[in-house]
Amino acid sequence: MKRISISPPVAALILAVILFLLSGLLPNGFGSDLDVARAQATNILRLAVFLGVIAAGQTLVIISGAEGIDLSAGSVVTLTAILTYVIVNGANEKVLPALLVSLAVGAVIGLINGAGITFLKISPFVMTLGMSGVVTGTIIIVNQGSVSGKVAPIMTRLIARPLSPEIPIPNAIIIWLIFGTLMWLLLERTAFGKNLFAIGVNRVTARLSGVDVTGMNLATYSLAGALAGFGGFLVVGNTGVVFIALGQPFLFPSIAAVAVGGTLLSGGKGSYWGTMAGAIVLTLITSLLTTMQMPESVRRMVLGATLLILISIYGRQRSLRQ
Amino acid sequence: MKQSGWDALVARRPALFALILLVLSLIINFILQPNMFARETLNSNMRVFLPIILLAAGQAIVILGGGIDISVGGTVSIVNTVLATRVGLEGSPEQMWQFVFLSLLAGLIAGAINGFFIAYLRLQPIITTYATSFIYAGLALVILPNPGGGIPAQIVSLYRNSTPFSLPLAVYIIAIVLLVWLYVSSTRYGKFLFAVGGKADAAYETAVPVTWVQFSTYVISGLMAALSGIAITMLSGSGNADIGGPMTLNSITAVVIGGNALSGGVGGVAGPIMGAITLGILQNIISFADIDTWWETLIKATIIVLALAAPGIVNLFRRRKRS
Repeated sequence: MKRISISPPVAALILAVILFLLSGLLPNGFGSDLDVARAQATNILRLAVFLGVIAAGQTLVIISGAEGIDLSAGSVVTLTAILTYVIVNGANEKVLPALLVSLAVGAVIGLINGAGITFLKISPFVMTLGMSGVVTGTIIIVNQGSVSGKVAPIMTRLIARPLSPEIPIPNAIIIWLIFGTLMWLLLERTAFGKNLFAIGVNRVTARLSGVDVTGMNLATYSLAGALAGFGGFLVVGNTGVVFIALGQPFLFPSIAAVAVGGTLLSGGKGSYWGTMAGAIVLTLITSLLTTMQMPESVRRMVLGATLLILISIYGRQRSLRQ
Repeated sequence: MKQSGWDALVARRPALFALILLVLSLIINFILQPNMFARETLNSNMRVFLPIILLAAGQAIVILGGGIDISVGGTVSIVNTVLATRVGLEGSPEQMWQFVFLSLLAGLIAGAINGFFIAYLRLQPIITTYATSFIYAGLALVILPNPGGGIPAQIVSLYRNSTPFSLPLAVYIIAIVLLVWLYVSSTRYGKFLFAVGGKADAAYETAVPVTWVQFSTYVISGLMAALSGIAITMLSGSGNADIGGPMTLNSITAVVIGGNALSGGVGGVAGPIMGAITLGILQNIISFADIDTWWETLIKATIIVLALAAPGIVNLFRRRKRS
């Protein structure tokens, strides 16, 4: 029997489009007004950027296999957002140093994760979970209830505002497209990407074929940390405020976005395009439920059920008999 | 390759580190709080630890079978909200026991749903139970949108103040859980469990009913989560739909500190129970050590990471010395 196979990223995108069109039929939906529809679509895409960028590092560690996962991403986002906020303090010329600090701090936290996982043989789930606690603890001490800072005008201009008055596409989306292309190049066109998929499929054969598995593992977790750090920088550029619970709500959705995008949680197979599609679907569902003024309880249940249905369609592992 | 005494000991007794950690934390706690073994103090500690101990025991079974259950907190919340809204502060004890029975049934169903998707539809455990955790937590919020409700005071007092033969009630419950596990692990089912967690493909080839064993671990975990929900409701005496959420990750940490491999097939239930007690005592130590509140989270998290890293660090030094 021949089955029609649609790749998960495409399936997720089709789902997103259908959901969006259906949402137009809602009482307070966009109806037949094309301008409103375009504005809403743009807004949902803009919101998806932050989840998408944070889920990029998650995609890498999950592809690397061996139960790879990064539960510290949420707290890293909060930490680098606060650091950016404090360092920049309203000055345009401090934006670049703040970005570099964000990336470096994220990378160092990721490196510690990687070292614990590789050298001390702690499972990624608990290592990054513990690290998340350590980072949150550090934030609490640094923060001491409140911080003083300010984002710079140039950050708002580059992240939250549209490209130009004529082209109403927010810059965040442009940044995401460039970012997505870089991620694609990294995964598909570099030795790093090839090795990443190789260790994700089978670490022993990868090592025997001359891949430096230890080095790859350290590099992957460091890179994932740096990407989460970049996510924090973007988030604060968009919202303009920081608080202790800023990053945590992104954590599990970032894993869900990876899974919805068709990346196998067991590693070795996946793409960043999929994660981008997953981030869009998740953001769309969340914002639709908010527009429909559903209570928190219903929102949670619908989100859970949708996730369950999506992964039931294409998240199945191979059967035992094969 | 001949294993040295230490390696063999660690391989055969994965809970050894958990025991060392537990004794160490008990000693520190005893220094800070000399009356901790008095009947009242012991009871007030154990009744607080019991919900997470029960949760960790259920989680341990799932992890032994090669899975993970992120939805247990949601099940705890469902049970808590059902008891707090349906029994009520004015309810009779008979009503309470009726709904305790219903709660166990709810836990069983919640676990069976997870098991169905993971064992029969072969979905990945992390993301499946993550999805169902939203459904369960949402359901709890439907049952009880705002914290409130309660159970009769006499039931709360029964849980909080029962000390038969001057030992806390929780000690007996833990003993029962351990005895059941001791029996189960010696049966054929116990062997199947380790086989499935160790290598599901190989277990399948040797005619182990893999699907059924995987399914059963989630049902057990759902039941234990319901028990945990009953315990925490009897402890707090009131309802809150968000009560279970933070307990999930604690239960997983307890299992790992208890020496079980997160990849499955290695460990037991005694270790995770010790891990859960250690986590509780750690909280005690931090509150008794007079630490600045700002530093609490960092110190607690650092100690947990060090506890997780300790076996790895020991192995690292041993390898260095040999080579």
